[in-house]
Amino acid sequence: MSVRYLPHAPDDIRRMLEVIGVDSVDELFRPIPEAVRQKADLDLPPAMSEMEVLEAFRRWASMNRVPPEVASFLGAGAYRHYVPAVVEDVLRKPEFFTAYTPYQPEVSQGTLQSIFEFQTMVCQLTGMEVANASMYDGATALAEAVLMARRIREGRHVLVARSVHPEYRQVLHTYLRHLDVRIEEVPWETETGQVDRNALQARLRDDTLAVVVQSPNALGIIEDWAAIRATLGDHPAVRIACFTEALSLGLLKPPGAFGFDIVVGEGQSLGLPVQFGGPHVGLMATRMEYVRRMPGRLVGVAYDRRGRRGFVLTLATREQHIRREKATSNICTNQTLCALAVTVYLALLGPEGLRRLALLNAQRAHFLVRRLEAEGWERPFRGPFFNECVIRHPKAPTIWERLLNRGIVAGLRLHRWYPELDRDLLVCVTEMNPPDQMERLVQTIREILSSEA
Amino acid sequence: MADANRTTQHIALEEPLLFEKSRPGRIGYSLPPTGVPELPLKDLVPAHLYRERVEGLPELSETDVVRHFNRLAQWNYCIDRGIYPLGSCTMKYNPRLNEDIARWTAFTEAHPYLPDELVQGCLAVQWHLERYLCEITGMDAATLQPAAGAHGELTGLLLIRAYLEERGEKRTRILVPDSAHGTNPASAALGGFEVVHLRSDERGLLSPSTLRAAMSRDVAALMITNPNTLGLFEEDILEIADILHEAGAFLYMDGANMNALVGIARPGDMGVDVLHLNLHKTFSTPHGSGGPGSGPVCVKAPLAPYLPVPRVFRDGDRYYRVWESPRSIGRVKAFQGHFGVHVRALAYILSLGRDHLRDIAIHAVLNANYLLARLKPYYHLPYDRRVMHEVVFNDRRQNPSGVTTMDIAKRLIDYGLHPPTVYFPLIVPGALMIEPTETESIEELDRFAEAMIQIAREAAEQPEVVRSAPHRSAFGRFDEVEAARHPVLRWSPHGFPPPRKEPPKESG
Amino acid sequence: MKYPESYRYTREHEWIHLQGDVGTVGITHYAQEQLGDIVYVELPAVGQTFRQLQAFGTVESVKTAADLYMPMSGEVIEVNQEVVQHPEIINQSPHERGWLIRIRVHDPAEFDRLMSAQEYEAYVEQSS
Repeated sequence: MSVRYLPHAPDDIRRMLEVIGVDSVDELFRPIPEAVRQKADLDLPPAMSEMEVLEAFRRWASMNRVPPEVASFLGAGAYRHYVPAVVEDVLRKPEFFTAYTPYQPEVSQGTLQSIFEFQTMVCQLTGMEVANASMYDGATALAEAVLMARRIREGRHVLVARSVHPEYRQVLHTYLRHLDVRIEEVPWETETGQVDRNALQARLRDDTLAVVVQSPNALGIIEDWAAIRATLGDHPAVRIACFTEALSLGLLKPPGAFGFDIVVGEGQSLGLPVQFGGPHVGLMATRMEYVRRMPGRLVGVAYDRRGRRGFVLTLATREQHIRREKATSNICTNQTLCALAVTVYLALLGPEGLRRLALLNAQRAHFLVRRLEAEGWERPFRGPFFNECVIRHPKAPTIWERLLNRGIVAGLRLHRWYPELDRDLLVCVTEMNPPDQMERLVQTIREILSSEA
Repeated sequence: MADANRTTQHIALEEPLLFEKSRPGRIGYSLPPTGVPELPLKDLVPAHLYRERVEGLPELSETDVVRHFNRLAQWNYCIDRGIYPLGSCTMKYNPRLNEDIARWTAFTEAHPYLPDELVQGCLAVQWHLERYLCEITGMDAATLQPAAGAHGELTGLLLIRAYLEERGEKRTRILVPDSAHGTNPASAALGGFEVVHLRSDERGLLSPSTLRAAMSRDVAALMITNPNTLGLFEEDILEIADILHEAGAFLYMDGANMNALVGIARPGDMGVDVLHLNLHKTFSTPHGSGGPGSGPVCVKAPLAPYLPVPRVFRDGDRYYRVWESPRSIGRVKAFQGHFGVHVRALAYILSLGRDHLRDIAIHAVLNANYLLARLKPYYHLPYDRRVMHEVVFNDRRQNPSGVTTMDIAKRLIDYGLHPPTVYFPLIVPGALMIEPTETESIEELDRFAEAMIQIAREAAEQPEVVRSAPHRSAFGRFDEVEAARHPVLRWSPHGFPPPRKEPPKESG
Repeated sequence: MKYPESYRYTREHEWIHLQGDVGTVGITHYAQEQLGDIVYVELPAVGQTFRQLQAFGTVESVKTAADLYMPMSGEVIEVNQEVVQHPEIINQSPHERGWLIRIRVHDPAEFDRLMSAQEYEAYVEQSS
């Protein structure tokens, strides 16, 4: 019987069997041992029509209570930003979403050119010389960056700021655990929330192969790249900077301007919805002198036989399909369509739109924090912040629960990441949190506190 | 009969880079007002860290951007255009319904850190997908966290490593057949293992005697693809599994070729301990020009305790996450995997259901064998027997007239078709690896077959036409050597593109 | 292909030409033919030392990359910058202009243990 995705009618099958020279399809499965052949049907629901599939998903969707139905001030590595209509429009073009990896350049110039544009934009954002065509996400990009550092410099010791996103540190640990490398954490300064530069310097060793710092960090605090560069001085360790909120690069000088060797991070903020955590897109950029040690795909300029300028996948000898066990990574399928979203997004915003959006985020976040400080909340870390900030209150856990009951998610309860910070919330404000929603948050907190008293 | 001259050309526009189209002052975006009292800049960001603007980002209107990507799109071949017979890629039709559902805001606006009670729908989707994938593969537990097949391979190998380490066993070797996809040895190396290559036998398969000769207490696992990259079912799989298990080693299966097995045979019944799946292959999620994919890993019960966290469970009609598990390998990625891709795969499985999932394999195998039968008179078939879902020919019969696999591939473009996979697997020199998938009709299969047959004729009668192809596409073959010698990997405002280097003077 | 008589050859397709205690090292005609158009070569710095058969660099074409192995132990005293800039010279003139490094050898006796031109020619015959 035909199904909407399977075109063969019984006549077609009969004709094909004739051409092949067998009596039944069963003969084609002869090589599979009888002992292994399925006897019973799969224990799955029966086939559904489009309408029935929609109904099943509607039921599941209705079990979710997410923005805008609830007000959310969650950031913490995945950020709600407005995605312009054009972005989705481009991603729905079949020439992009149903196409394969551009191994045949004559029929994939659309993909190749857009990846080249993406690579350029990542360089511009990060201030670096070369960027790849994407990694899975910020966390795996960081793990790959440390592996790349191992190819650049020998050593068995890596310093990672404790204020790097905990899930990023966990992924790093998983990737490095079986290799002969020790990861040592560097604490933050209790006053500022920035990485403790004295501790950083004290922990540098001869066999330190890399240093990793995130900005803005997991406490929302902006690191002082200039001061960190001074602290690291001439030490030859590979300097790796990472970020989870790419929009911050619209307002902050990039790590590339401060001598960093590898810059990695998450690009989701720039044109992708949070989507329950994926698919997002990892960004990776480095110096041109390290390009052959960098994992991931690369698109470069090429000329065809008629002298026309175009683009091709290049420097593929680093990759798994050629180098196999000696490859720089095992990555094959990456995040091309997500990278396309970032390219379209940045093309729409341009430098001015990006700057203004970053400013709007920062202004709203700072305003909310001021309002909360006026309501008796403390800002325990005094360093500068972008659109995320830690706020503290003796009754924070209770307040957070009561807010949840009233349809407001007041950020992340930070004890999930740092058990000692049990009265702290990490709140994020973006252009998706309108002023009246911020006001409602403040009012509701007031109500909760007065009913608690 | 196929006729390359019938491939029409139409008005296709050249399109410069975004940066080359940029005009100062243009913007394609509008913001709402800030709406709150504003602080002076110096109170927001320290002066020495403040960035005035991102230099070089293009300035374009919305129309500029829309036209740019519309013009770029016209240069791409895609499944919606026609057959995409890439071996081991399983380029099947991407259902439109799944694209709609994945975009519902109820799903896209869910933050992974929202409390369980607010995301019951997302958790239900993931729980059901895990269950269905286990049912299809005959396994006990799964993780949806890995982002792609290669990522799944690494995850599976790390699970094996964790199991062995807990028992104080130090096994350093992974066995990989020489027909394996490059990601297999690359993943093994990334997992800290030493890779040992096993030669395929004259049948093109892995023989138990080859395996036995390579076995030792130092072997942690064998990575097998079944059917293998020649499209052949590994007939000795049960004996292979026994040999490994007797020696305390694991059988890892690369599930890239599951399209030949869905509903017909389950890896779990073949002795497989752990496998990964490619949702962007077998389960119809779009390839996206290079991702995002998704590489779930399914395991038998002994490996379940080591699965990455968080894991999704169900208690009655309530779904919940467990974020920490002491024996887990930890995380291989932030958050919970590519949820957007999971939605699409689940919609696909529901659409086909227990009635028709089996038809995927049946029709895929039928289509591949049909192409085998039609092309065998014209192309050399190194392993001359029936195949599963893909078939590998090579260019041996065309070589005498100087025509190579690359030439054949490029000439297919003139017929309005995408070439198959070329030069893989490595054990077949000049390989042409063809996987039509089950979503191709007999007319489309014939269109491809007739073009291939015509090219075989051309190779014999006018080889120059094939060797200098493509002729009808806007772009001819690229000088990839020059591109690799002097890589230009980004646009820049000064001197782009750099002048092409002069070749060195020949001396006497 | 007649391989230079005065050179010696490794199984990994490198050659060495010894003059006194200075050896010039490169890859053979067969190697460059197998690789195809060479796009990049990574060579060590002057002053680095390597043992015989230790990898000292890599050579890349569009379709593959291969390690380079030392024919004899020694210290690198010169690197051919011309091939770094124009790797195609290795394809054009693998035994002369396409030399890669010059080394001061540590153990001249290693030279005699390598293959002669005839032995290498036979070895290549076998491999094809």
